[in-house]
Amino acid sequence: MIKKFDKKDEESGSGSNPFQHLEKSAVLQEARIFNETPINPRRCLHILTKIIYLLNQGEHFGTTEATEAFFAMTRLFQSNDQTLRRMCYLTIKEMANISEDVIIVTSSLTKDMTGKEDVYRGPAIRALCRITDSTMLQAIERYMKQAIVDKVPSVSSSALVSSLHMVKRSYDVVKRWVNEAQEAASSDNIMVQYHALGLLYHLRKNDRLAVTKMLNKFTKSGLKSPFAYCMLIRIASKLLDETEGGHDSPLFDFIESCLRNKNEMVVYEAASAIVHMPNCTARELAPAVSVLQLFCSSPKAALRYAAVRTLNKVAMKHPSAVTACNLDLENLITDSNRSIATLAITTLLKTGSESSVDRLMKQISSFVSEISDEFKVVVVQAISSLCQKYPRKHSVMMNFLSNMLRDDGGFEYKRAIVDCIISIIEENPESKETGLAHLCEFIEDCEHTVLATKILHLLGKEGPRTPQPSKYIRFIFNRVVLESEAVRAAAVSALAKFGAQNDDLLPSVLVLMQRCMMDSDDEVRDRATFYMNVLQQKQKALNAAYIFNGLSVSIPGLEKSLHQYTLEPSEKPFDMKSVPLATAPITEHKTGTTTCCRLICTGKLPEKLAPSRQDIYQEQLAAIPEFQALGPLFKSSEQVQLTEAETEYVVRCIKHTFARHMVFQFDCTNTLNDQLLQKVVVQMEPSESYEVTNYIPATSLPYSQPGSCYTLVQLPDDDPTAVSCTFSCTMKYLVKDCDPNTGEPDDDGYDDEYVLEDLEVTVADHIQKVLKANFGAAWEEVGDEFEKEETFALASVQTLDEAVGNIISFLGMQPCERSDKVPENKNSHVLFLAGVFRGCHDVLVRARLALADGVTMQVTVRSSEETVVDVILASVG
Amino acid sequence: MHSPILGPSLYTVKAVLILDNDGDRLYAKYYGDGYPSVKEQKALEKNIFNKTHRTDSEIALLEGLTVVYKSNIDLFFYVIGSSHENELMLMAVLNCLFDSLSQMLRKNVERRALLENMEGLFLAVDEIVDGGVILESDPQQVVHRVALRGDDVPLTEQTVTQVLQSAKEQIKWSLLR
Repeated sequence: MIKKFDKKDEESGSGSNPFQHLEKSAVLQEARIFNETPINPRRCLHILTKIIYLLNQGEHFGTTEATEAFFAMTRLFQSNDQTLRRMCYLTIKEMANISEDVIIVTSSLTKDMTGKEDVYRGPAIRALCRITDSTMLQAIERYMKQAIVDKVPSVSSSALVSSLHMVKRSYDVVKRWVNEAQEAASSDNIMVQYHALGLLYHLRKNDRLAVTKMLNKFTKSGLKSPFAYCMLIRIASKLLDETEGGHDSPLFDFIESCLRNKNEMVVYEAASAIVHMPNCTARELAPAVSVLQLFCSSPKAALRYAAVRTLNKVAMKHPSAVTACNLDLENLITDSNRSIATLAITTLLKTGSESSVDRLMKQISSFVSEISDEFKVVVVQAISSLCQKYPRKHSVMMNFLSNMLRDDGGFEYKRAIVDCIISIIEENPESKETGLAHLCEFIEDCEHTVLATKILHLLGKEGPRTPQPSKYIRFIFNRVVLESEAVRAAAVSALAKFGAQNDDLLPSVLVLMQRCMMDSDDEVRDRATFYMNVLQQKQKALNAAYIFNGLSVSIPGLEKSLHQYTLEPSEKPFDMKSVPLATAPITEHKTGTTTCCRLICTGKLPEKLAPSRQDIYQEQLAAIPEFQALGPLFKSSEQVQLTEAETEYVVRCIKHTFARHMVFQFDCTNTLNDQLLQKVVVQMEPSESYEVTNYIPATSLPYSQPGSCYTLVQLPDDDPTAVSCTFSCTMKYLVKDCDPNTGEPDDDGYDDEYVLEDLEVTVADHIQKVLKANFGAAWEEVGDEFEKEETFALASVQTLDEAVGNIISFLGMQPCERSDKVPENKNSHVLFLAGVFRGCHDVLVRARLALADGVTMQVTVRSSEETVVDVILASVG
Repeated sequence: MHSPILGPSLYTVKAVLILDNDGDRLYAKYYGDGYPSVKEQKALEKNIFNKTHRTDSEIALLEGLTVVYKSNIDLFFYVIGSSHENELMLMAVLNCLFDSLSQMLRKNVERRALLENMEGLFLAVDEIVDGGVILESDPQQVVHRVALRGDDVPLTEQTVTQVLQSAKEQIKWSLLR
């Protein structure tokens, strides 16, 4: 490191660095003069500076040599040279983690912190607290308390900040200093005020009442420090967020009043807090937006940046609120700071009109190469949302994106572009071919395995349905020849899909498959052999089951079941139906990005391999002996709230469905700090022939620690059509009063009960969502043996969108082929839904909807089991 | 993700850097454990320098961090915070650092002068930021607290009183021992 430094110096000829040629060993050698008498402050100071410089350059010091230097340094406390002493403090802090026995200087530092020299006191406190642990802290507690309320600001600030650092290690000691901190908070010095407020908040942040009181006090009395104001605004907005209080609360008024503060820092903090609040109305946003608008023309780049970045955030949710600033934003497009220019353009893209798109895109492409990847991603996101807004502009966008795809860039950036192109393809069928062509070009030279496999999967899905499927084969097969194993395997799967869908391509695909069977990698060979055999059968049903739609089980679940199977050898073959199904991801309409592709491809990303929510429940339930005989968990519902918000007890229920049973998991939280609940059960009274067979109580429910109790219900065997039921629920428990501070309960308690809201079980609880990537193939596979059809009139529904949403949420099935999106200005629509009914029966629903004075719906249901078809039709009616 | 606002905290600054015009580190202080190893730190410094040394534009977003910066002759000053941090707070720290150094170096803020006064720099940063918390934002206060002696008296020109003083001390310590 240092050597490199020297070379540079020689080259540039400046040669003025007094620290050049610094060698650690030589410096440590020099440090011996610390032991000389008399102390030469000037030379010692220079050596200490060298040591700190070396540490700062990242030089590694061994424990022994550091300790040696440290002990030599302690001698320098004998000198009264101010700067030297201050450098000693710094050395102590720098070496606190490297050297041993640093506590040796405790007494010297304690002396300095209580001494007469104000210049020493603050830094001595900070150095002392750096080397003090919780046991030693008690010894200096008295001095710390005095220092916090000291009238010298630097002493008080140092003590407060050091206390804050120590809260993590010694909360119990520091919390005793609240009164002193309180006193310091009313100091005249702005920094002391800020530090005191920070410490007070950290000590009280778990006690909402105390935080509220503190806020009230300070918002009324007013503060001098702009830093403290920023802190108060953050505390207030956090509190608003937690209490879900309305925006008419005094806290919101306080934040709004800060918009009129005379310090820009405070004004910006307040504006940013308002913008980030969830559910802010346009009217509430307006004052914040107008101060940000003023900042846009500030001469300070940081302020312009802050303003336009925040406006950009507003534009995501409330584009109309920002339109007023369009003129100011236009001026920022030519800003010399590219970050500001980029943010201005992307904001304008969100708020501007369709006509300005072309101009803005041209401007952005003139400097896209100069900005950092972070901002390129911002640009891509803006384009993505723009495509949804103005689908007609997709050709401009696609062109721009493909140019960006060719430029250099990191993984995140490329992934954003690929995601964006994929979403355009899915939104606009007419852009499909150009999009696929760009992506094909991209994978020709793509270093990111994840992206290549993702694109190959997409090609396999979309390619066979284009007018000219043959042209994609070349791109895909190139991958088989050139790429790594993972990509080759993905390419083989994509090829198989072409073969299965296009009869005329089948012979050539088979030839290519044959070649892949000679691959050097196991997985690639296995896939090729498997697909080869399936394709040779030339059966539609086989193709559908094994090539298009694949497995729909949960991967961790499958792993567990297989492991279990190998542990207990039996004659029976392994039953795929015993494996829990994968939960289809909840489709996010607003992002508009791919769903099906995500599902498959993200599985390959390491971070997504974590077990799903349902796998976690499966694990938790299996640990309870009473539930072990129930078989695999079929479905877990979303949480249902059974209490009002802000009541004594908070109870949420999750419905777990098994093959013949249901388990209701009640997550209860006791919000009363003077009560301990024991033996908590939720008693359920069913309205239908459901039978409650077992209650598993939560043994103990202390204040604010959530606990779970369970109720096991047997589903009626004799009547499989009884799928819906209403339960009235009552929570029963034993109450023991306890001391709010210690949590120590009284010995005796009394029984009590608490009525909860009714709980509904609906048909959706019996159906698991399953995504069929190719619905047509799946429809043929199930066949029309048990097909039934019926027509309904949905009088209360006014639009197709609403009807589609209702059906999906009612049946709890997975919409396929993006049929959940109704194209604009259409009077009819076909919705495809897929799912698996309890007991592992596939269910497919095709609903044809027509709009005319309400919505008319013709529902066709297919399943492998007749009763299932009946159940669905009965429940729809 | 859905609530990007920071929890209220005094820990504002993630790093203070001073690089020379080759992008080499003259001073670097990291707070918190975002960049634990020297290797990661150097990589960040390189990235920051590459993105900022050509433009004089005060602020940038890099690796999910807000970087405010300022350059003077052959020095680059950086203050780094979270991307959700109030940019103006970081700017206050940067300005305070620069103004304090400017006073201490008598407006002569360049590499050579800084290297000759490294101890002043170390002490000044120590007064401005403590463990990531902004300790002081007023350059006057910082300069006052650093209290660097004006002109140093060279060793050879020690006055008689100073020699006497040190002799006294020497005797005192030998007695105490």
